[in-house]
Amino acid sequence: MALLQIENLTVQFETATGWFKAVDGVSMSVEKGEVLAIVGESGSGKSVAMLAVMGLLPWTAKITADKLLFEGRDMQGISAAERRKLIGKDIAMIFQEPVASLNPCFTVGFQIEEVLRVHLGLDKKARRARAIELFNQVGLPNPEERMHSFPHQMSGGQCQRVMIAIAIACNPKLLIADEPTTALDVTIQKQILDLIMSLQMKTGMGLIMITHDMGVVAETADRVVVQYKGRKMEEADVLSLFENPKSNYTKALLAALPENATGDRLTTVSAFFDGNPEPAPEARA
Amino acid sequence: MNKSTDIMTENTMLEVRNIKRDYELPGGLFKPKKIIHAVKGVSFKLERGKTLAIVGESGCGKSTLARMLTFIDEPTGGDLLIDGNKMDTRPGHLTAEMRQKVQIVFQNPYGSLNPRQKIGDVLGEPLAINTSMTAEERRHRANEMLIKVGLGPEHYNRYPHMFSGGQRQRIAIARALMMNPKLLVLDEPVSALDLSVQAQVLNLLADLQDEFGLTYVFISHDLSVVRYIADEVMVMYFGEAVEYGTRDEVFSDPKHEYTRTLFKATPKADVESIRARVAKKKAAAAA
Repeated sequence: MALLQIENLTVQFETATGWFKAVDGVSMSVEKGEVLAIVGESGSGKSVAMLAVMGLLPWTAKITADKLLFEGRDMQGISAAERRKLIGKDIAMIFQEPVASLNPCFTVGFQIEEVLRVHLGLDKKARRARAIELFNQVGLPNPEERMHSFPHQMSGGQCQRVMIAIAIACNPKLLIADEPTTALDVTIQKQILDLIMSLQMKTGMGLIMITHDMGVVAETADRVVVQYKGRKMEEADVLSLFENPKSNYTKALLAALPENATGDRLTTVSAFFDGNPEPAPEARA
Repeated sequence: MNKSTDIMTENTMLEVRNIKRDYELPGGLFKPKKIIHAVKGVSFKLERGKTLAIVGESGCGKSTLARMLTFIDEPTGGDLLIDGNKMDTRPGHLTAEMRQKVQIVFQNPYGSLNPRQKIGDVLGEPLAINTSMTAEERRHRANEMLIKVGLGPEHYNRYPHMFSGGQRQRIAIARALMMNPKLLVLDEPVSALDLSVQAQVLNLLADLQDEFGLTYVFISHDLSVVRYIADEVMVMYFGEAVEYGTRDEVFSDPKHEYTRTLFKATPKADVESIRARVAKKKAAAAA
Protein backbone atom coordinates (compact mmCIF):
# COMPACT_ATOMS: atom_id res chain seq x y z
CA MET A 1 0.00 0.00 0.00
CA ALA A 2 1.28 3.40 -0.94
CA LEU A 3 1.95 5.90 1.81
CA LEU A 4 0.15 8.67 -0.02
CA GLN A 5 -2.08 8.04 -2.99
CA ILE A 6 -3.65 10.80 -5.03
CA GLU A 7 -5.90 10.11 -7.95
CA ASN A 8 -7.39 12.70 -10.26
CA LEU A 9 -6.96 15.62 -7.87
CA THR A 10 -8.47 18.90 -9.02
CA VAL A 11 -8.29 22.18 -7.14
CA GLN A 12 -10.30 25.15 -8.36
CA PHE A 13 -10.53 28.77 -7.31
CA GLU A 14 -13.37 31.09 -8.25
CA THR A 15 -12.25 34.19 -10.11
CA ALA A 16 -14.12 37.07 -11.73
CA THR A 17 -14.07 35.15 -15.01
CA GLY A 18 -15.17 31.79 -13.63
CA TRP A 19 -13.50 28.81 -12.00
CA PHE A 20 -9.75 28.59 -12.42
CA LYS A 21 -8.20 25.15 -12.25
CA ALA A 22 -4.94 25.45 -10.30
CA VAL A 23 -4.53 21.68 -10.26
CA ASP A 24 -6.14 19.74 -13.06
CA GLY A 25 -6.57 16.00 -12.71
CA VAL A 26 -3.23 15.11 -11.15
CA SER A 27 -2.46 11.61 -9.91
CA MET A 28 0.62 10.50 -8.01
CA SER A 29 1.68 8.26 -5.20
CA VAL A 30 4.55 8.05 -2.73
CA GLU A 31 5.82 4.84 -1.20
CA LYS A 32 7.38 4.47 2.21
CA GLY A 33 11.05 5.45 2.10
CA GLU A 34 10.75 7.03 -1.31
CA VAL A 35 11.78 10.51 -2.44
CA LEU A 36 9.38 12.01 -4.93
CA ALA A 37 10.23 15.35 -6.51
CA ILE A 38 7.51 17.55 -7.96
CA VAL A 39 9.08 20.01 -10.33
CA GLY A 40 7.45 22.87 -12.18
CA GLU A 41 7.54 26.60 -12.72
CA SER A 42 5.54 29.09 -10.72
CA GLY A 43 1.84 28.62 -11.31
CA SER A 44 2.18 24.94 -12.18
CA GLY A 45 0.12 23.95 -9.14
CA LYS A 46 2.86 21.98 -7.42
CA SER A 47 2.42 23.66 -4.02
CA VAL A 48 -1.36 23.88 -4.25
CA ALA A 49 -1.65 20.13 -4.78
CA MET A 50 0.27 19.43 -1.57
CA LEU A 51 -1.55 22.13 0.39
CA ALA A 52 -4.79 20.42 -0.66
CA VAL A 53 -3.50 17.14 0.78
CA MET A 54 -2.59 18.89 4.03
CA GLY A 55 -5.94 20.71 4.14
CA LEU A 56 -4.23 24.06 4.32
CA LEU A 57 -6.07 25.75 1.48
CA PRO A 58 -8.64 28.46 2.24
CA TRP A 59 -12.31 27.42 2.21
CA THR A 60 -12.81 29.20 -1.12
CA ALA A 61 -10.86 26.46 -2.87
CA LYS A 62 -12.92 23.65 -4.39
CA ILE A 63 -11.06 20.36 -4.00
CA THR A 64 -12.19 17.19 -5.72
CA ALA A 65 -10.37 13.89 -6.03
CA ASP A 66 -11.23 10.29 -6.85
CA LYS A 67 -8.81 9.17 -4.21
CA LEU A 68 -6.87 11.05 -1.55
CA LEU A 69 -5.50 8.38 0.72
CA PHE A 70 -2.85 8.57 3.41
CA GLU A 71 -1.94 5.07 4.58
CA GLY A 72 -5.19 3.86 3.07
CA ARG A 73 -7.17 6.42 5.05
CA ASP A 74 -9.40 8.86 3.20
CA MET A 75 -8.22 12.42 3.77
CA GLN A 76 -11.27 14.05 2.20
CA GLY A 77 -13.96 13.01 4.63
CA ILE A 78 -12.05 13.44 7.87
CA SER A 79 -13.01 16.05 10.43
CA ALA A 80 -10.88 19.05 11.24
CA ALA A 81 -10.04 17.62 14.66
CA GLU A 82 -8.83 14.34 13.17
CA ARG A 83 -6.86 16.20 10.55
CA ARG A 84 -5.13 18.27 13.22
CA LYS A 85 -4.02 15.07 14.91
CA LEU A 86 -2.49 13.84 11.67
CA ILE A 87 -0.90 17.04 10.39
CA GLY A 88 2.33 17.87 12.17
CA LYS A 89 2.58 14.32 13.48
CA ASP A 90 2.36 11.80 10.65
CA ILE A 91 2.54 14.33 7.83
CA ALA A 92 4.84 17.30 8.31
CA MET A 93 5.72 20.15 6.02
CA ILE A 94 8.69 22.48 5.58
CA PHE A 95 8.08 25.76 3.81
CA GLN A 96 10.09 28.04 1.57
CA GLU A 97 10.59 31.05 3.82
CA PRO A 98 12.07 29.72 7.05
CA VAL A 99 12.07 33.07 8.86
CA ALA A 100 8.47 33.79 7.91
CA SER A 101 7.14 30.37 8.85
CA LEU A 102 8.29 30.64 12.45
CA ASN A 103 6.31 32.75 14.90
CA PRO A 104 8.34 35.90 15.64
CA CYS A 105 6.74 36.34 19.09
CA PHE A 106 7.97 33.09 20.64
CA THR A 107 11.37 31.51 21.15
CA VAL A 108 12.22 28.62 18.87
CA GLY A 109 12.43 26.40 21.94
CA PHE A 110 8.82 27.19 22.82
CA GLN A 111 7.72 26.46 19.25
CA ILE A 112 9.34 23.04 19.08
CA GLU A 113 8.13 22.11 22.57
CA GLU A 114 4.60 23.06 21.54
CA VAL A 115 4.63 20.33 18.89
CA LEU A 116 5.91 17.78 21.38
CA ARG A 117 3.25 18.79 23.93
CA VAL A 118 0.30 18.76 21.55
CA HIS A 119 1.12 15.63 19.60
CA LEU A 120 3.08 13.46 22.02
CA GLY A 121 1.90 14.81 25.39
CA LEU A 122 5.41 14.77 26.86
CA ASP A 123 6.00 16.44 30.23
CA LYS A 124 8.12 19.54 30.60
CA LYS A 125 11.40 17.81 31.30
CA ALA A 126 11.05 15.24 28.54
CA ARG A 127 10.03 17.95 26.09
CA ARG A 128 13.15 19.96 26.80
CA ALA A 129 15.41 16.96 26.54
CA ARG A 130 13.82 15.88 23.25
CA ALA A 131 13.97 19.42 21.84
CA ILE A 132 17.68 19.66 22.57
CA GLU A 133 18.20 16.23 21.06
CA LEU A 134 16.37 17.32 17.91
CA PHE A 135 18.37 20.56 17.64
CA ASN A 136 21.50 18.46 17.94
CA GLN A 137 20.23 16.14 15.24
CA VAL A 138 19.69 18.98 12.75
CA GLY A 139 23.12 20.39 13.50
CA LEU A 140 22.28 23.58 15.37
CA PRO A 141 25.30 24.77 17.36
CA ASN A 142 24.77 25.24 21.14
CA PRO A 143 21.25 23.77 21.28
CA GLU A 144 20.72 24.67 24.95
CA GLU A 145 21.34 28.35 24.28
CA ARG A 146 19.45 28.27 20.98
CA MET A 147 16.29 27.16 22.80
CA HIS A 148 15.93 30.73 24.09
CA SER A 149 16.55 32.46 20.76
CA PHE A 150 13.88 34.22 18.77
CA PRO A 151 13.68 33.62 15.00
CA HIS A 152 15.02 37.08 14.17
CA GLN A 153 18.20 36.35 16.12
CA MET A 154 19.08 33.48 13.79
CA SER A 155 20.18 33.29 10.17
CA GLY A 156 17.96 31.88 7.40
CA GLY A 157 19.84 28.59 7.35
CA GLN A 158 19.53 28.19 11.11
CA CYS A 159 15.81 28.98 10.99
CA GLN A 160 15.38 26.32 8.32
CA ARG A 161 17.17 23.85 10.61
CA VAL A 162 14.68 24.74 13.36
CA MET A 163 11.80 24.20 10.91
CA ILE A 164 13.22 20.79 10.02
CA ALA A 165 13.60 19.92 13.69
CA ILE A 166 9.94 20.84 14.29
CA ALA A 167 8.87 18.85 11.24
CA ILE A 168 10.68 15.67 12.29
CA ALA A 169 9.87 16.08 16.01
CA CYS A 170 7.16 13.41 15.93
CA ASN A 171 8.92 11.07 13.49
CA PRO A 172 6.53 11.74 10.61
CA LYS A 173 5.81 9.08 8.03
CA LEU A 174 5.65 11.65 5.26
CA LEU A 175 7.61 14.88 4.99
CA ILE A 176 6.61 17.47 2.42
CA ALA A 177 9.37 19.99 1.69
CA ASP A 178 8.07 22.94 -0.31
CA GLU A 179 11.08 24.67 -1.91
CA PRO A 180 13.08 24.23 1.31
CA THR A 181 16.26 25.84 -0.02
CA THR A 182 15.08 28.47 -2.49
CA ALA A 183 15.68 31.37 -0.10
CA LEU A 184 19.14 30.14 0.93
CA ASP A 185 22.69 30.54 -0.37
CA VAL A 186 24.23 27.74 -2.43
CA THR A 187 26.56 26.55 0.33
CA ILE A 188 23.73 26.58 2.90
CA GLN A 189 21.43 24.89 0.37
CA LYS A 190 23.90 22.03 0.14
CA GLN A 191 23.98 21.63 3.92
CA ILE A 192 20.19 21.70 4.26
CA LEU A 193 19.65 19.23 1.39
CA ASP A 194 22.28 16.89 2.87
CA LEU A 195 20.54 17.13 6.24
CA ILE A 196 17.08 16.38 4.83
CA MET A 197 18.40 13.46 2.78
CA SER A 198 20.32 11.91 5.68
CA LEU A 199 17.26 12.20 7.94
CA GLN A 200 15.16 10.60 5.23
CA MET A 201 17.63 7.72 4.86
CA LYS A 202 17.82 7.19 8.62
CA THR A 203 14.11 7.28 9.38
CA GLY A 204 12.84 5.77 6.13
CA MET A 205 10.09 8.35 5.86
CA GLY A 206 8.48 9.23 2.55
CA LEU A 207 9.64 12.57 1.22
CA ILE A 208 7.99 14.88 -1.29
CA MET A 209 10.37 17.53 -2.53
CA ILE A 210 8.63 20.43 -4.28
CA THR A 211 11.07 22.50 -6.30
CA HIS A 212 11.61 24.48 -9.47
CA ASP A 213 15.33 23.74 -9.53
CA MET A 214 16.44 20.89 -11.77
CA GLY A 215 19.70 20.74 -9.82
CA VAL A 216 17.85 20.00 -6.58
CA VAL A 217 15.82 17.31 -8.38
CA ALA A 218 19.00 15.70 -9.68
CA GLU A 219 20.57 15.70 -6.22
CA THR A 220 17.64 14.32 -4.23
CA ALA A 221 14.88 12.50 -6.10
CA ASP A 222 14.16 8.83 -6.75
CA ARG A 223 11.13 9.58 -8.88
CA VAL A 224 10.03 12.84 -10.49
CA VAL A 225 6.67 14.35 -11.45
CA VAL A 226 6.85 17.27 -13.87
CA GLN A 227 3.93 19.69 -13.71
CA TYR A 228 2.89 22.51 -15.97
CA LYS A 229 -0.21 24.71 -15.68
CA GLY A 230 -1.80 22.38 -13.17
CA ARG A 231 -1.29 19.24 -15.21
CA LYS A 232 1.12 16.39 -14.87
CA MET A 233 3.33 16.37 -17.96
CA GLU A 234 5.55 13.45 -17.12
CA GLU A 235 6.40 10.99 -14.41
CA ALA A 236 9.63 8.98 -14.44
CA ASP A 237 12.48 7.83 -12.27
CA VAL A 238 15.16 10.46 -11.97
CA LEU A 239 17.71 8.83 -14.24
CA SER A 240 15.36 8.24 -17.17
CA LEU A 241 13.94 11.74 -16.81
CA PHE A 242 17.32 13.35 -17.32
CA GLU A 243 18.60 10.76 -19.78
CA ASN A 244 15.58 10.32 -21.92
CA PRO A 245 12.79 12.83 -21.26
CA LYS A 246 9.50 11.87 -22.89
CA SER A 247 7.42 15.02 -22.86
CA ASN A 248 8.33 18.07 -24.91
CA TYR A 249 7.98 20.26 -21.85
CA THR A 250 10.60 18.33 -19.90
CA LYS A 251 12.91 18.43 -22.90
CA ALA A 252 12.44 22.18 -23.07
CA LEU A 253 13.14 22.63 -19.35
CA LEU A 254 16.35 20.63 -19.54
CA ALA A 255 17.50 22.48 -22.64
CA ALA A 256 16.94 25.82 -20.91
CA LEU A 257 19.47 24.96 -18.18
CA PRO A 258 22.47 27.25 -18.65
CA GLU A 259 24.86 24.31 -18.19
CA ASN A 260 23.31 22.60 -21.20
CA ALA A 261 23.85 25.61 -23.45
CA THR A 262 25.21 24.84 -26.88
CA GLY A 263 26.48 27.76 -28.90
CA ASP A 264 26.22 31.31 -27.64
CA ARG A 265 22.46 31.43 -27.01
CA LEU A 266 20.28 29.36 -24.71
CA THR A 267 17.49 27.22 -26.03
CA THR A 268 14.22 28.69 -24.86
CA VAL A 269 11.19 26.66 -23.95
CA SER A 270 9.25 27.81 -27.00
CA ALA A 271 11.70 25.97 -29.27
CA PHE A 272 10.27 22.65 -28.08
CA PHE A 273 6.98 23.48 -26.59
CA ASP A 274 3.96 25.42 -27.81
CA GLY A 275 2.73 26.27 -24.32
CA ASN A 276 -0.20 23.87 -24.34
CA PRO A 277 -0.29 21.11 -21.75
CA GLU A 278 -0.35 18.00 -23.91
CA PRO A 279 -3.23 15.85 -22.75
CA ALA A 280 -6.49 17.30 -24.10
CA PRO A 281 -5.97 21.05 -24.09
CA GLU A 282 -9.56 21.83 -23.25
CA ALA A 283 -10.76 25.41 -23.04
CA ARG A 284 -9.82 27.02 -19.77
CA ALA A 285 -12.41 29.18 -18.04
CA MET B 1 44.54 42.57 -10.90
CA ASN B 2 48.17 41.49 -11.02
CA LYS B 3 49.23 43.39 -14.08
CA SER B 4 47.81 46.71 -13.02
CA THR B 5 49.18 49.65 -14.92
CA ASP B 6 48.43 53.26 -14.31
CA ILE B 7 47.79 54.04 -17.94
CA MET B 8 44.27 53.22 -18.98
CA THR B 9 44.26 51.33 -22.19
CA GLU B 10 41.89 52.42 -24.91
CA ASN B 11 39.74 49.38 -24.37
CA THR B 12 39.14 49.60 -20.63
CA MET B 13 35.57 50.55 -19.77
CA LEU B 14 35.68 50.31 -16.03
CA GLU B 15 38.52 50.30 -13.58
CA VAL B 16 38.16 50.00 -9.86
CA ARG B 17 41.17 50.58 -7.61
CA ASN B 18 41.11 49.41 -4.02
CA ILE B 19 37.53 50.52 -3.50
CA LYS B 20 36.17 50.43 0.05
CA ARG B 21 32.89 50.99 1.77
CA ASP B 22 32.45 51.17 5.53
CA TYR B 23 29.13 51.56 7.26
CA GLU B 24 28.99 53.10 10.68
CA LEU B 25 26.54 51.72 13.18
CA PRO B 26 25.72 54.40 15.73
CA GLY B 27 26.46 53.50 19.31
CA GLY B 28 24.15 53.98 22.25
CA LEU B 29 24.73 55.22 25.77
CA PHE B 30 26.68 52.12 26.75
CA LYS B 31 27.31 50.71 23.29
CA PRO B 32 30.39 51.84 21.39
CA LYS B 33 30.17 52.78 17.73
CA LYS B 34 30.72 49.92 15.36
CA ILE B 35 32.13 50.01 11.86
CA ILE B 36 31.12 47.41 9.30
CA HIS B 37 33.57 46.94 6.46
CA ALA B 38 31.17 45.90 3.71
CA VAL B 39 33.71 46.09 0.89
CA LYS B 40 37.36 45.90 1.93
CA GLY B 41 39.42 47.13 -0.98
CA VAL B 42 38.41 45.55 -4.27
CA SER B 43 40.24 46.20 -7.55
CA PHE B 44 39.46 45.08 -11.07
CA LYS B 45 39.51 46.17 -14.69
CA LEU B 46 36.88 45.46 -17.27
CA GLU B 47 37.21 45.74 -21.02
CA ARG B 48 34.61 47.27 -23.30
CA GLY B 49 31.89 44.83 -24.38
CA LYS B 50 32.85 42.19 -21.82
CA THR B 51 30.95 40.72 -18.91
CA LEU B 52 32.29 40.50 -15.39
CA ALA B 53 30.36 38.24 -13.07
CA ILE B 54 30.54 38.83 -9.34
CA VAL B 55 29.64 35.79 -7.25
CA GLY B 56 29.21 35.43 -3.52
CA GLU B 57 26.80 34.59 -0.76
CA SER B 58 24.40 37.05 0.81
CA GLY B 59 26.20 39.63 2.90
CA CYS B 60 29.52 39.35 1.05
CA GLY B 61 29.32 42.92 -0.27
CA LYS B 62 28.47 42.26 -3.89
CA SER B 63 25.41 44.48 -3.90
CA THR B 64 27.28 47.22 -2.02
CA LEU B 65 29.85 47.11 -4.80
CA ALA B 66 27.06 47.43 -7.38
CA ARG B 67 25.66 50.44 -5.53
CA MET B 68 29.06 52.12 -5.61
CA LEU B 69 29.53 51.44 -9.32
CA THR B 70 26.19 53.12 -10.01
CA PHE B 71 26.86 56.09 -7.65
CA ILE B 72 23.98 55.19 -5.35
CA ASP B 73 26.47 54.81 -2.52
CA GLU B 74 29.60 56.84 -2.05
CA PRO B 75 32.79 54.79 -1.57
CA THR B 76 34.74 55.52 1.61
CA GLY B 77 38.03 54.87 -0.16
CA GLY B 78 39.59 54.01 -3.50
CA ASP B 79 39.11 55.17 -7.06
CA LEU B 80 36.48 54.52 -9.65
CA LEU B 81 37.38 55.13 -13.30
CA ILE B 82 34.75 54.89 -15.97
CA ASP B 83 35.61 55.21 -19.65
CA GLY B 84 39.04 56.60 -18.72
CA ASN B 85 37.75 59.33 -16.43
CA LYS B 86 38.14 59.35 -12.70
CA MET B 87 34.74 59.74 -11.13
CA ASP B 88 34.29 62.33 -8.44
CA THR B 89 31.81 60.46 -6.32
CA ARG B 90 31.33 63.11 -3.64
CA PRO B 91 27.69 64.15 -3.39
CA GLY B 92 27.00 67.13 -5.63
CA HIS B 93 30.04 66.59 -7.80
CA LEU B 94 28.51 64.08 -10.16
CA THR B 95 27.38 65.42 -13.48
CA ALA B 96 24.38 64.14 -15.37
CA GLU B 97 26.74 63.04 -18.10
CA MET B 98 28.58 60.70 -15.75
CA ARG B 99 25.37 59.23 -14.43
CA GLN B 100 24.15 58.48 -17.94
CA LYS B 101 27.04 56.16 -18.62
CA VAL B 102 26.09 53.70 -15.91
CA GLN B 103 22.68 52.17 -15.34
CA ILE B 104 21.42 49.42 -13.09
CA VAL B 105 18.83 46.62 -13.26
CA PHE B 106 17.65 45.32 -9.91
CA GLN B 107 16.80 41.84 -8.76
CA ASN B 108 13.13 42.15 -8.02
CA PRO B 109 11.13 43.31 -11.03
CA TYR B 110 8.05 43.60 -8.81
CA GLY B 111 9.64 46.14 -6.51
CA SER B 112 11.64 48.19 -8.98
CA LEU B 113 8.75 49.57 -11.06
CA ASN B 114 6.34 52.21 -9.75
CA PRO B 115 2.89 50.57 -9.74
CA ARG B 116 1.18 53.87 -10.53
CA GLN B 117 3.30 54.71 -13.54
CA LYS B 118 2.47 53.52 -17.03
CA ILE B 119 5.24 51.71 -18.88
CA GLY B 120 5.52 54.52 -21.40
CA ASP B 121 6.13 57.01 -18.59
CA VAL B 122 8.63 54.65 -16.94
CA LEU B 123 10.68 54.64 -20.12
CA GLY B 124 10.12 58.32 -20.96
CA GLU B 125 11.06 59.69 -17.55
CA PRO B 126 14.86 59.51 -17.89
CA LEU B 127 14.58 61.31 -21.24
CA ALA B 128 12.28 63.98 -19.81
CA ILE B 129 14.73 64.68 -16.99
CA ASN B 130 18.01 64.51 -18.87
CA THR B 131 17.24 65.66 -22.41
CA SER B 132 15.22 68.34 -24.13
CA MET B 133 13.31 65.89 -26.31
CA THR B 134 9.69 66.65 -27.07
CA ALA B 135 6.97 64.33 -25.81
CA GLU B 136 6.56 63.00 -29.35
CA GLU B 137 10.24 62.08 -29.63
CA ARG B 138 10.22 60.47 -26.20
CA ARG B 139 7.26 58.38 -27.14
CA HIS B 140 8.97 57.30 -30.32
CA ARG B 141 12.17 56.31 -28.47
CA ALA B 142 10.22 54.41 -25.81
CA ASN B 143 8.34 52.43 -28.44
CA GLU B 144 11.59 51.61 -30.24
CA MET B 145 13.09 50.35 -27.00
CA LEU B 146 10.01 48.25 -26.20
CA ILE B 147 10.47 46.44 -29.50
CA LYS B 148 14.20 45.98 -28.82
CA VAL B 149 13.51 44.15 -25.56
CA GLY B 150 10.87 41.91 -27.09
CA LEU B 151 7.73 43.79 -26.12
CA GLY B 152 5.58 45.95 -28.38
CA PRO B 153 4.07 49.44 -28.76
CA GLU B 154 0.77 48.03 -27.49
CA HIS B 155 2.38 47.79 -24.03
CA TYR B 156 3.08 51.54 -23.88
CA ASN B 157 -0.05 52.46 -21.96
CA ARG B 158 -0.15 49.53 -19.56
CA TYR B 159 0.67 49.43 -15.86
CA PRO B 160 3.33 47.18 -14.28
CA HIS B 161 0.79 44.86 -12.62
CA MET B 162 -0.39 43.78 -16.06
CA PHE B 163 2.94 42.11 -16.81
CA SER B 164 4.56 38.85 -15.77
CA GLY B 165 7.89 38.74 -13.92
CA GLY B 166 9.89 38.13 -17.08
CA GLN B 167 8.16 40.97 -18.93
CA ARG B 168 8.78 43.32 -16.03
CA GLN B 169 12.44 42.48 -16.06
CA ARG B 170 12.46 43.32 -19.79
CA ILE B 171 10.88 46.69 -18.94
CA ALA B 172 13.53 47.30 -16.26
CA ILE B 173 16.22 46.52 -18.82
CA ALA B 174 14.55 48.82 -21.36
CA ARG B 175 14.45 51.63 -18.81
CA ALA B 176 18.14 51.16 -18.04
CA LEU B 177 18.97 51.38 -21.75
CA MET B 178 16.98 54.56 -22.48
CA MET B 179 19.95 56.87 -21.85
CA ASN B 180 22.32 54.78 -24.02
CA PRO B 181 24.56 53.76 -21.14
CA LYS B 182 27.91 52.12 -21.76
CA LEU B 183 28.02 50.12 -18.58
CA LEU B 184 25.11 48.13 -17.23
CA VAL B 185 25.16 46.76 -13.69
CA LEU B 186 22.82 43.78 -13.35
CA ASP B 187 22.11 42.90 -9.74
CA GLU B 188 20.76 39.31 -9.77
CA PRO B 189 18.59 40.06 -12.81
CA VAL B 190 17.31 36.50 -13.32
CA SER B 191 17.19 34.99 -9.84
CA ALA B 192 13.52 35.84 -9.33
CA LEU B 193 12.54 34.28 -12.66
CA ASP B 194 11.47 30.80 -13.74
CA LEU B 195 13.90 28.65 -15.64
CA SER B 196 12.28 29.11 -19.05
CA VAL B 197 11.93 32.86 -18.57
CA GLN B 198 15.48 33.05 -17.26
CA ALA B 199 16.76 31.61 -20.55
CA GLN B 200 14.82 34.23 -22.54
CA VAL B 201 16.12 37.13 -20.46
CA LEU B 202 19.71 35.87 -20.63
CA ASN B 203 19.39 35.60 -24.41
CA LEU B 204 17.98 39.12 -24.54
CA LEU B 205 20.95 40.42 -22.54
CA ALA B 206 23.36 38.69 -24.92
CA ASP B 207 21.55 40.18 -27.95
CA LEU B 208 21.61 43.68 -26.47
CA GLN B 209 25.29 43.37 -25.61
CA ASP B 210 26.09 42.52 -29.22
CA GLU B 211 23.91 45.29 -30.60
CA PHE B 212 24.98 48.18 -28.35
CA GLY B 213 28.45 46.98 -27.37
CA LEU B 214 27.45 47.10 -23.71
CA THR B 215 29.73 46.22 -20.83
CA TYR B 216 28.06 44.21 -18.10
CA VAL B 217 28.78 43.78 -14.43
CA PHE B 218 26.62 40.78 -13.65
CA ILE B 219 25.97 39.97 -10.00
CA SER B 220 24.71 36.50 -9.31
CA HIS B 221 24.85 33.64 -6.88
CA ASP B 222 23.99 31.03 -9.52
CA LEU B 223 27.18 29.49 -10.85
CA SER B 224 25.58 27.82 -13.85
CA VAL B 225 24.32 31.20 -15.05
CA VAL B 226 27.72 32.76 -14.41
CA ARG B 227 29.50 30.06 -16.34
CA TYR B 228 27.22 30.70 -19.28
CA ILE B 229 27.32 34.49 -19.40
CA ALA B 230 30.65 35.67 -17.97
CA ASP B 231 33.98 36.51 -19.58
CA GLU B 232 35.59 37.21 -16.25
CA VAL B 233 34.60 36.05 -12.80
CA MET B 234 35.21 37.53 -9.40
CA VAL B 235 34.32 35.65 -6.23
CA MET B 236 33.66 37.76 -3.14
CA TYR B 237 33.76 36.55 0.42
CA PHE B 238 33.27 38.79 3.47
CA GLY B 239 33.93 41.98 1.51
CA GLU B 240 37.06 40.78 -0.23
CA ALA B 241 37.69 39.53 -3.74
CA VAL B 242 39.13 36.11 -3.03
CA GLU B 243 39.24 34.97 -6.63
CA TYR B 244 39.49 36.92 -9.84
CA GLY B 245 40.27 35.72 -13.34
CA THR B 246 38.86 34.72 -16.68
CA ARG B 247 35.94 32.33 -16.60
CA ASP B 248 38.00 29.35 -17.72
CA GLU B 249 40.74 30.04 -15.17
CA VAL B 250 38.30 30.27 -12.29
CA PHE B 251 36.14 27.33 -13.27
CA SER B 252 38.92 24.93 -14.22
CA ASP B 253 41.37 25.81 -11.47
CA PRO B 254 39.82 27.57 -8.48
CA LYS B 255 42.55 28.86 -6.17
CA HIS B 256 40.71 29.86 -3.04
CA GLU B 257 39.17 27.44 -0.57
CA TYR B 258 35.83 29.26 -0.61
CA THR B 259 35.54 29.04 -4.40
CA ARG B 260 36.07 25.30 -4.20
CA THR B 261 33.40 24.99 -1.50
CA LEU B 262 31.06 26.98 -3.71
CA PHE B 263 31.65 24.70 -6.71
CA LYS B 264 31.19 21.60 -4.61
CA ALA B 265 27.89 22.92 -3.21
CA THR B 266 26.36 23.62 -6.63
CA PRO B 267 23.88 20.89 -7.54
CA LYS B 268 24.95 18.85 -10.52
CA ALA B 269 22.24 18.01 -13.03
CA ASP B 270 24.22 15.86 -15.46
CA VAL B 271 23.33 12.24 -16.05
CA GLU B 272 26.65 10.89 -14.77
CA SER B 273 26.34 12.45 -11.32
CA ILE B 274 22.73 11.28 -11.02
CA ARG B 275 23.75 7.75 -11.94
CA ALA B 276 26.51 7.86 -9.32
CA ARG B 277 24.11 9.14 -6.67
CA VAL B 278 21.44 6.53 -7.43
CA ALA B 279 24.04 3.75 -7.33
CA LYS B 280 25.39 5.03 -4.02
CA LYS B 281 21.93 5.12 -2.51
CA LYS B 282 21.19 1.58 -3.67
CA ALA B 283 24.42 0.36 -2.12
CA ALA B 284 23.60 2.10 1.15
CA ALA B 285 20.10 0.63 1.18
CA ALA B 286 21.43 -2.89 0.54
CA ALA B 287 24.02 -2.65 3.29
